Formats: sequence, structure tokens, C-alpha cells
Amino acid sequence: MEEPGDEGASGVLGRRARGELESDVLAALWASDGPLTARQVRGALRGDLAYTTVLTILSRLYEKGMLVRHREGRSYAYEPVRDEASHTAQRMRSLLEGGSDRQAVLARFVSELSEQDEHLLHQLLSGSEARVEDDRSGGRA
Amino acid sequence: MLYSVYVPFAVTAVLAVFAPRLVRALPPRRAAWALACAALVTAVGWAGALTLLAFTGVAQIPEIAEEGRWSVAVLRAEDPVYLVVAGGSALILAVGVVSLGVAAVNQVRHFVRARRECARLPEATELVVVDDDVPMAFALPGAPGRIVVSRGMLHCLTDREREALLAHERAHLRRRHHLFQSLWRLTAALNPLLRPLVAAGEFVLERWADEEAAEHVGDRAIVAHAVGRAALASAGASRPAALAATGGEVPQRVRALLAPPPARRSLPLAVGGLLLAVCCVSLANAASDSDRMVDSAQCASYAAAAAAGAPPAGDHRYGPDFSCGEHG
Repeated sequence: MEEPGDEGASGVLGRRARGELESDVLAALWASDGPLTARQVRGALRGDLAYTTVLTILSRLYEKGMLVRHREGRSYAYEPVRDEASHTAQRMRSLLEGGSDRQAVLARFVSELSEQDEHLLHQLLSGSEARVEDDRSGGRA
Repeated sequence: MLYSVYVPFAVTAVLAVFAPRLVRALPPRRAAWALACAALVTAVGWAGALTLLAFTGVAQIPEIAEEGRWSVAVLRAEDPVYLVVAGGSALILAVGVVSLGVAAVNQVRHFVRARRECARLPEATELVVVDDDVPMAFALPGAPGRIVVSRGMLHCLTDREREALLAHERAHLRRRHHLFQSLWRLTAALNPLLRPLVAAGEFVLERWADEEAAEHVGDRAIVAHAVGRAALASAGASRPAALAATGGEVPQRVRALLAPPPARRSLPLAVGGLLLAVCCVSLANAASDSDRMVDSAQCASYAAAAAAGAPPAGDHRYGPDFSCGEHG
């Protein structure tokens, strides 16, 4: 089971790996509260990516019209384009709300929780909370 | 025929009871494949056995016996199946086939809708971020499939957890998990006994994607936290009424990820494989018995016709001996 994402580290980018990197960059920008420079995006992704690779992907997404950018000192800061997504949101939500039968073809990341589950989950997660705090502070730095 | 035709039912029942529990202890990838094989083989065994049983009844209808040129009297004498059983089998089979047809149409409709939505999504990227505060994330199968994630979901995860989420959804798409789901749904439509396999299968697929994400991220705890955090965030956003039925899945996934990876145990797979083999052999045995029964009924029919001095059907040039030899 080779993970194509690993190919990025060796500099050989297959088409699929490039598509996945685009997703990673896009997700990082959407997760951020403000615009990010290429260096900041690189920090939010796994450390083994070359700066130029991140830059290439950012400019490709920018050319596709999915990002806006503005000068910040010597470089650009990027931000996702936030219009026209609203009716997509509506359609996607209606896809999910069609009952279990329709969901047969969709793979949701998480299913619903009962109150008991919620309690149990809090317990499970607090068990290894320290590691997450590490990740959180490390990841956001 | 007397017993072997009922073996597929027994195998189906045993698997329906034990397989959902056993697969939770197996590595999810193997478990998913094992469940797929079990569902397929038992569905075929189920339908095959019902067909054989129903046939013994149908074959005794005089018009059909005439068409097949066999003797109803001999068939009835040899037949170990009660007519009630044959009739019941025919009914169950008919209901199963109709429900399979309905389920198949539904599946196709949902696939078409998913593909259409895939094609309609504005951006030509693998990931589609939906500008929505409600946390949601799912894989939308298509050509190529898309990962749909809301801004709300991305906001509640850390950098590594976000990576885990994407790897999880990618695993669903890359391993074509929707095909597994369809197989389980269709086989359960044909045979209601297989319904527990649908829920077990869905859980196993989530675990499979979790494990692939853990492999990608290199840390099982990160994936556990991603799953847990996303579920808690989603729970805060909306809480549907019917919860008890689906409850428990997320905590089980998190617990499995916080524990060491499941060991590769072969015994449950070997036992399951043996059961499926027994199911196939019994069905084949019952089918050959049924065939032999019809043959002897045909022989009797020819013998009777020869004794009466006329072949049973117009231009049949061979005598009864040849005909019997040919089939025997």
C-alpha cells in the first residue's frame, strides 16, 4: 500500500499526488482564520514539502480562480474565494439529509452521536489529550 | 437433496449471527473482503437453494411436466420435499427477487445522483470546500470522486487532524468503498437474514479508512482525535431524533485507534471460508441430486410412452434407453 502523498517528498509528483497536494493546500487555507503566505502554508502542511512546490500549487489554485491574493511585504498572502459556495452548500447538505438509504453511496466521516457516546468520547479523548495539545501548538505555530 | 439443500440456509444463519461480531476483531481491510465474500456466496447459496426447493414443487405441475417430458408420479414419489416447503420457497424467492430489483434501482439512482453532483461541483479539484459552518465531511463517489468538507469541519481540526480527515476520505474513494456498501445492501435486499452484515460492513469500512489514514499520518492517536473531535463538533451542530440505532460507532472507532493495530488472525477467516465452501458444495450436491431426480422421472416418462407404443413427444427419434444413458 504505497501512499502517493509520499512521492511529494522525493520531488516526483504524479498527477494524483499533485491533486492531493492541491487539496491539502486548499484545506489549510480554509482552516485558517486569515490569509496565509506560502511559508505559512508550508508550515501548516507536513514538513517535507519544498517551498517551491507549495508556491507552484498556490499559483495554480490562484489561476483556477479559487484563491485571492494580496501583497504582504515581499510575497503574497493567499485566501480562498468565498462566494458562490453557498448554493453548493445547500445541495451538499440535502445530499446528506436524504436518509440512510441515500447515504448508501456516501461515506461520511463521522456518524451521529448519542449522549452516551458523547460522554464516552470525551473520556476517551481526554485520556491522550496531552498529545493533541502538542500537535495543536506545534501545528499552529 | 434431502439435507444438503438446507445447508446454505444454515450457513447463512450462522454467518449472519457470528460474522458481525467476528469482523470487529479483524484488521478492517481483511474484514471487509471477508464480509463481501460471505455476503456474495451466501446470497447465491440462498437463492440457489430456494430455487431448487421451489422447482421440486413447480415441476409437479402437469403442464410443466409435459413440457419437460418427465413423469409427475415418479417425481412425486422420489421427491423428498413437501409441497408446502416448495411453495413457501417459491414465495420467499419471489419476494426476495422483487426486493432485490427495487434495491438495485435505488442504488443506481443514488449513484447517478452522486455522479451528477460530482460533475456539477464548480472546482476541478479533488477537494471541495463548502462554505458552511455546520461541520460535515464525506466522500462523493464519481469519476473522479470528490471529497466534500465544510469550512466548519476544517475549523475544528488541527493541521495533522485535517490531514487525517483527508486521508480517510481518500481511502474511501480509492478503495471504492461504495461498491462494498452496494454489495451488502443488495444481498441484504435479496436475503433479509444478511441485514446485520450491512451495519457491520459500514463500520468495517470506516475502520479501514481510519487505518489507512493512520498509516498516512503515521500516528494512530491523531486519527482518533480527528474522528472524535469531528463527531463532537457535528453533535453540537445537529442531533437527529433517531440516535439509538446508530449509536456507539464513533467511540468504537476511537477506541480501536487508541489501541494497538488489530492482529492478523487467520482462524476466523479459515472457519468462515470453510463454511462458505460447505455452502457451495452442498448447493452443488443438491443441484446434482435434483438433476438426477428429473432424469429418472424423464426415463420413467419415456419408458411409459414406449410401453404404450408411441413416443411422448412428436419426432423424438431416440428410445428411452438412449435418452436415459445420455443424461445419466
